[in-house]
Amino acid sequence: MQSLGSIRRDFAPWNDPAAKPYIVFDQVTKKFGDFTAVNNLSLSIYEREFFALLGASGCGKSTLLRMLAGFEEPTSGRILLDGQDLRGIPPYRRPVNMMFQSYALFPHMTVEANIAFGLKQEGMEASKIAERVAEMLKLVKLEQFAKRKPHQLSGGQRQRVALARSVAKRPKVLLLDEPLGALDKKLREETQFELMDLQQKLGLTFVVVTHDQEEAMTMADRIAILDKGEVMQVATPAEVYEAPGSRFVANFVGNVNMFEGTVTARDAAGASIDSDSGISIRTENAGDAQSGAKVAYAVRPEKIKVSSRPPMDTASNAAEGEIYDIAYFGDMTVYYVKLGNGLVVKAASLNSARLTDDPLTWNDRAWISFKPDSGVVLTR
Amino acid sequence: MSNAALSQTESSTGADTGLGTSLLRAVAGRLVIAVPYLWLLLFFLIPFVIVFKISLSQTAIAMPPYVPVFDLSEGMSGLFASLRELSFENYLWLTEDALYFNAYVSSLMIAGASTFLTLLVGYPIAYGMARAPATLRPVLLMLVILPFWTSFLIRVYAWIGILKPEGLLNQFLLAIGVIDQPLIIMNTHTAIFIGIVYSYLPFMVLPLYSALEKMDYSLIEAAQDLGCPPTSAFWKITFPLSLPGVVAGCLLVFIPAVGEFVIPDLLGGSQTLMIGKTLWNEFFANRDWPVSSAVAVILLLLLVVPIVLFQNAQARAQEQGR
Amino acid sequence: MNASLSRFNIVSIVLGFAFLYLPIVLLVVFSFNESKLVTVWGGFSTKWYVAMFQNQGLMDAAWVTARVAFISATVATVLGTMAALALTRYTRFRGRILFSGMVFAPLVMPEVITGLSLLLLFVSMGLDRGFLTVTLAHITFTMCFVAVVVQSRLVTFDRSLEEAAMDLGATPVKTFFQVTLPVILPAIVSGWMLAFTLSLDDLVIASFTSGPGATTLPMKIYSQVRLGVTPEINAVCTLLIAVVTVGVIAAAIVNKRREVQRQRDEQAAQRG
Repeated sequence: MQSLGSIRRDFAPWNDPAAKPYIVFDQVTKKFGDFTAVNNLSLSIYEREFFALLGASGCGKSTLLRMLAGFEEPTSGRILLDGQDLRGIPPYRRPVNMMFQSYALFPHMTVEANIAFGLKQEGMEASKIAERVAEMLKLVKLEQFAKRKPHQLSGGQRQRVALARSVAKRPKVLLLDEPLGALDKKLREETQFELMDLQQKLGLTFVVVTHDQEEAMTMADRIAILDKGEVMQVATPAEVYEAPGSRFVANFVGNVNMFEGTVTARDAAGASIDSDSGISIRTENAGDAQSGAKVAYAVRPEKIKVSSRPPMDTASNAAEGEIYDIAYFGDMTVYYVKLGNGLVVKAASLNSARLTDDPLTWNDRAWISFKPDSGVVLTR
Repeated sequence: MSNAALSQTESSTGADTGLGTSLLRAVAGRLVIAVPYLWLLLFFLIPFVIVFKISLSQTAIAMPPYVPVFDLSEGMSGLFASLRELSFENYLWLTEDALYFNAYVSSLMIAGASTFLTLLVGYPIAYGMARAPATLRPVLLMLVILPFWTSFLIRVYAWIGILKPEGLLNQFLLAIGVIDQPLIIMNTHTAIFIGIVYSYLPFMVLPLYSALEKMDYSLIEAAQDLGCPPTSAFWKITFPLSLPGVVAGCLLVFIPAVGEFVIPDLLGGSQTLMIGKTLWNEFFANRDWPVSSAVAVILLLLLVVPIVLFQNAQARAQEQGR
Repeated sequence: MNASLSRFNIVSIVLGFAFLYLPIVLLVVFSFNESKLVTVWGGFSTKWYVAMFQNQGLMDAAWVTARVAFISATVATVLGTMAALALTRYTRFRGRILFSGMVFAPLVMPEVITGLSLLLLFVSMGLDRGFLTVTLAHITFTMCFVAVVVQSRLVTFDRSLEEAAMDLGATPVKTFFQVTLPVILPAIVSGWMLAFTLSLDDLVIASFTSGPGATTLPMKIYSQVRLGVTPEINAVCTLLIAVVTVGVIAAAIVNKRREVQRQRDEQAAQRG
């Protein structure tokens, strides 16, 4: 049975009509003076989801997070947590905890005291606090650092203290603001998996803000892509990548080739598109495109084959061009093929064998080809 | 942006926009503003108003030695009568006697010259400190600040011993044969210059050092790489970039120096006129409170422009998040 | 700026510091002078120190000065910290410009003006001049220095620490006392020390606002200086300088040790 992308998950409450969302942003707008940071945004997040807010800086993702935490109030609209309107509830009364981008560890307190801080505010008794703190330290593997102060810890250790501190109160929702931003590459990879494990183990709902696509794609159950205070698409990573809903999303995540054109024929099996670059494209994924509509056909580079000979199979869409540029990454090579009318197509091929019997170099004539199901038609 | 936003939502009520417990927050916030505000209004602003008021009245053989400006003992008619008695007589008095005018002018000139000298002396020191190895800098900083912690009065007093005709400076110069007659420095303008430069030096060095230390030395290297000789690089790049520090330092020296009392009193003589001394004499020696007040008001008016400049420089430095 | 001292730099630093310290050194040296003169060396003696301690007037003045300085510094620190908080945390309230002006003006205001105006205030309030008035005056003019010191610390304070505390359940008031205050404490202590020194040292404002029975040490020294100096004055001055120097150096050493320890900790953490 075919599925979109190679990953299949059983956990998909967003597809279940009976499931009630845990966090709801209901037509939320946030203005700072003349500047609108969040524009009439609606979003639903389900319990136990690992949800990512992805976007460039200034898109409003941090503002959304801060409104959920209680540091800003929406100018209009409601935010609901488990059915309860959060308006007017200050941050110290919300069952939501946040892990800050800068970690915000209290410099004058030990690791233990930092983790215990939230518990003390609750009025928990001392012995219980000690128990919980020990549990948290074990969770993030920092038992022997309990008595240290933040400046005596490395960046990765500080991050784990921040994490332990933010889950110590067992909040239902954990907000993470660019959690991996300050870590170096190797640590980032390790931490990604640790975070996912932690979320599963504790059964929490995570809402992560990030500008890093890789992070979002790796960790999240669903991603909301934001631009200028609005949601562009909310979908699983595979859907976002293989079935983007708009040119913006297609361009935002990963690399993509856009063939602009007009739909010439439309039937149950798909559509034909006359692309402006002269290729005639036959596709199976026509979506709701009508005949005569102006559309873009988006194909990811790794779905396009490059060869010195035309493709054997007539169902494939093909075009001839010249190798304009080559980027060699070792594991992969990206060919930039310039077609007749000047359009440059990116085609990525995995170097799965050490030797190749179809070597291509600059200025060679080459054929690009892609199957009818390898791209999507975008009407927006 | 988030900080500004937070304070923006706070500012309308002095609290966050939550309800209920924000009442405590609002009260606490208001208290934090109100208490120092009221204190300063009472002990800083209102006194100035009183000074102005007194400057409009007459001396009297009484305690306090002036005619009250608002005398309500005879009711409203008495009040109007005493208001009619108000005059700018004291101010006219000031213009009649050349002493006061000369004192103001002299104070401004002495303060101006001293500020310039302090800049000349302080800049190389600050520059040297900024270029010193990073480990040495805190020590140098402490050494500059240390005299400031010791008594101002004491340090000025120390100079008396040095500058007197039979003082240590003259002894030294006579001994090495540079001069054969003691130099008369005490009770001259020179002594005042030395005194002001000496006492206010830390106020000049600190802002200068702060500005110079922040400067990125690679700018000078870039200039030299492009063919600019060192002295030229200093004037074209270093000095202009240190200008905020220069302005702050000069204002920190000039404004108080205009009204300086201790230095002209101890080191200057009867020849040296400074308005601070004049005010003091007017008050303590002549017991003429109204005239002293008038002198103070005019001094304040003279200094309003530099003070406002200083406030602006402060505000600008704050915004840049120094 | 990075380090490379030219000859000119070294000379300017050395000359500059010599200029700063020479008078102080001479003062100290002559406090041990055998003869009565302040400028001619007559031999080593500590007799002036003995005389100083026996001078009741001097000792009384010193005690007054110490009490005034301590009380005014403490109150000024509280007020100055509040003012600094008000200025950095509340960007818009009515009369902010006036408030800001009043906080920073005393930094440069000539002391004769401050002294005269405060005296006139006390007279019109009917307050007798004495310990109370001089303390009030000192609080007023030193709180502004405290405000400047605390404010520059607050400007660089990481607000996310406060947000984190609130996120974990602490009310704003608790956040201030449990998180903000401990972190800015060094600046507050610096402010206190600054206010203390300024009060200790003040002559002009004290002359205007003090009264019988509350003569401060600078006032006493000043009056002696006018009459004629003996090395007794030098002795007093030397002692004051010694006390302050020891205090400042001790504070600097403690600070330096803490800094070095902190750097070592951070490096150790980086390594493992």
